[in-house]
Amino acid sequence: MRGVERIEQVFRELKTTGAAAFMPYHAMGYPTRQQSLEVIAALAVAGADIVEFGIPHSDPLADGPTIQTATYAALVGGTSVADCLKMARELRDQGVDTPFCAMSYYNPILAFGEERFANAAASAGIDGLIVPDLPPGESELLEPACRAAGLATIYMLAPTSTEERIKSVARHSTGFIYLVSVTGITGARDELPPYLPAFVERVRRHTDLPLAVGFGISTGPQAARVSEIVEGVVVGSALVKAAGAETGVDAVRILAEELAAGSHKGVDG
Amino acid sequence: MTISTTSTPVNYGAVPDETGRFGPYGGKYVPETLMPALDELEEAYLNARVDKDFMAELAHLQHTYVGRPTPLTYARRLSEELGGAQIYLKREDLAHSGAHKINNALGQALLMKRKMGKTRIVAETGAGQHGVATATAAALLGTECIVYMGTVDMERQKPNVFRMQLLGTEVRAVDSGSQTLKDAINEAIRDWVTNVETTHYLLGSALGPHPYPAMVRDFQSIIGIEAHSQMQDPAEGGPGRLPDAIVACVGGGSNAIGIFHPFLKEEKVRLIGVEAGGHGIEDGAHAARFADPERGRLGVLQGTKSYVLQDSDGQIALTHSISAGLDYASVGPEHAWLRDVGRSEYTYCTDTQTLKGFSALCELEGIIPALESAHAIGYVLELAPQMAQDQVILVNLSGRGDKDLGTVMQTIGGDR
Ligand SMILES: Cc1ncc(COP(=O)(O)O)c(C=O)c1O
Repeated sequence: MRGVERIEQVFRELKTTGAAAFMPYHAMGYPTRQQSLEVIAALAVAGADIVEFGIPHSDPLADGPTIQTATYAALVGGTSVADCLKMARELRDQGVDTPFCAMSYYNPILAFGEERFANAAASAGIDGLIVPDLPPGESELLEPACRAAGLATIYMLAPTSTEERIKSVARHSTGFIYLVSVTGITGARDELPPYLPAFVERVRRHTDLPLAVGFGISTGPQAARVSEIVEGVVVGSALVKAAGAETGVDAVRILAEELAAGSHKGVDG
Repeated sequence: MTISTTSTPVNYGAVPDETGRFGPYGGKYVPETLMPALDELEEAYLNARVDKDFMAELAHLQHTYVGRPTPLTYARRLSEELGGAQIYLKREDLAHSGAHKINNALGQALLMKRKMGKTRIVAETGAGQHGVATATAAALLGTECIVYMGTVDMERQKPNVFRMQLLGTEVRAVDSGSQTLKDAINEAIRDWVTNVETTHYLLGSALGPHPYPAMVRDFQSIIGIEAHSQMQDPAEGGPGRLPDAIVACVGGGSNAIGIFHPFLKEEKVRLIGVEAGGHGIEDGAHAARFADPERGRLGVLQGTKSYVLQDSDGQIALTHSISAGLDYASVGPEHAWLRDVGRSEYTYCTDTQTLKGFSALCELEGIIPALESAHAIGYVLELAPQMAQDQVILVNLSGRGDKDLGTVMQTIGGDR
């Protein structure tokens, strides 16, 4: 099955249960190479439906302090793009079969070679790609390369997006659309923004693709509330922070179980 | 007229195209949250450009507040000492607040005030000159202003930190990454993404996503427009002719594109940009994007595609320059394009050669240049003697050196 179909299947299967997909992010190579592999495996066991597989970049312009610190540490530890793909392969060989969406910035992919990256990612077991600094208009090489390799091309929308941009993102996205919940950068926040439901409604008018919301979600109850209005719940900084704590993988497992339960609430309730 | 069969003439007015491209360079590589803000900025700018009232107000402020036109100075003793081409200086150091940066800062601040309904300015600064210029424009127009600055730069450009604070601006220290200009830009963009509804990002060089490279170029082109007529007018101190070469330092590239652009059609005038050679290209500690064949490659940094110093994995390289304002891993996309089409050329000047240029201008002309501008002078020390005495070099003296006295004192000693 092609990557994009594996992602579509996740949402198709969850639809029948009423649950939203739990989509945790982790920065590969953080806190160490080995520990990041353990984190991904733990997330899969704790109920992740899709994993956002973070490939570090030196200038993560859309990220807040938590992910900045983690990706910087990963780079200092020697994490490379090629090694991230190798880690994906190792996880697949260990039997982790949760779909992976690679998440990076454009320059590391450009340096790797766009077509080469798409092919290498697909054969490493990556299923989709999210590049926050590459909007549809600038993706004329990478998008076809991903399509040819069977990867989902996932673009982001923000509360500031105009109708025209929503239409363009809807046209170019496959798998799902990533809604940035706030005007801002990544990082855990206490409150969900009040305008979220209206934003989701605005996007729905232009697409039937599943929608996932991310940026700022950190607790089970927040995940549950988000799961009521969209098909996917993305959690990054809160889990990355847990991974960096002394209790590391255990802390990730405990938080991930809570977030998975929140996201999947539709199953029980 | 002979028609060339090998090349068609380049239309310099045709860039950027509607998508913000200069050939393969430029573009808009930003998070989705910012796309509407860029569209809004472009619309406001296109509107302002053809608005007579706006342009008249800007021209009035440039004249009565900035002190434009800035003079053209014949550097007689420097020219004699070098024994070659005659050297003329375009004196942006005499613009209010001490550098060319005010041309762009005032233009954008006025644009925000008159055309955009935003109330808050964020900016980045390296040398502190753009920060000071922005703080100045914000004070003049009564707007809240926050400037992000790397902690390394705050240390080496201390007087400018205090100047910004005196002008009522909040200076926020940036501790991430290399703690220099690149990191300050990341942080300013993060602030902008978060507060985009109320905030304008007043980017300080011909960099970043479209429309910044074109807009900043246009606001800075006043330098070249003035110089073009001053050079031909002996009453304005000019030699009565166009120069054979124009030399400007290139950080992001705003002072260089500002003086180059009005001369693009004068195909006989050589346009030479001088990058920061730091400790030398082989050493690796430099910011010469065009001169390092190994690490200076096509890349995307902070919204624009251009030459970027990076490692083989696409991670942005750490740069070094004695001057904070040139210490940056990428270069404005229009320079990359002008270089490709063969209209402009780029060289570099090391820290050591820069200090020679700095001292020469102090001692022979009574002008203390900014260390950024001293890169252009440092290169002219080599270029002028290779040229004939009836040839002419025009140097863009982009700023004054008061801010750099600490650095220079540490490097060449204070008690001479
Ligand atoms: C005096 C001066 N010249 C030049 C520069 C470099 O910038 P640009 O290349 O945009 O002119 C700076 C930047 O801070 C500066 O302060």
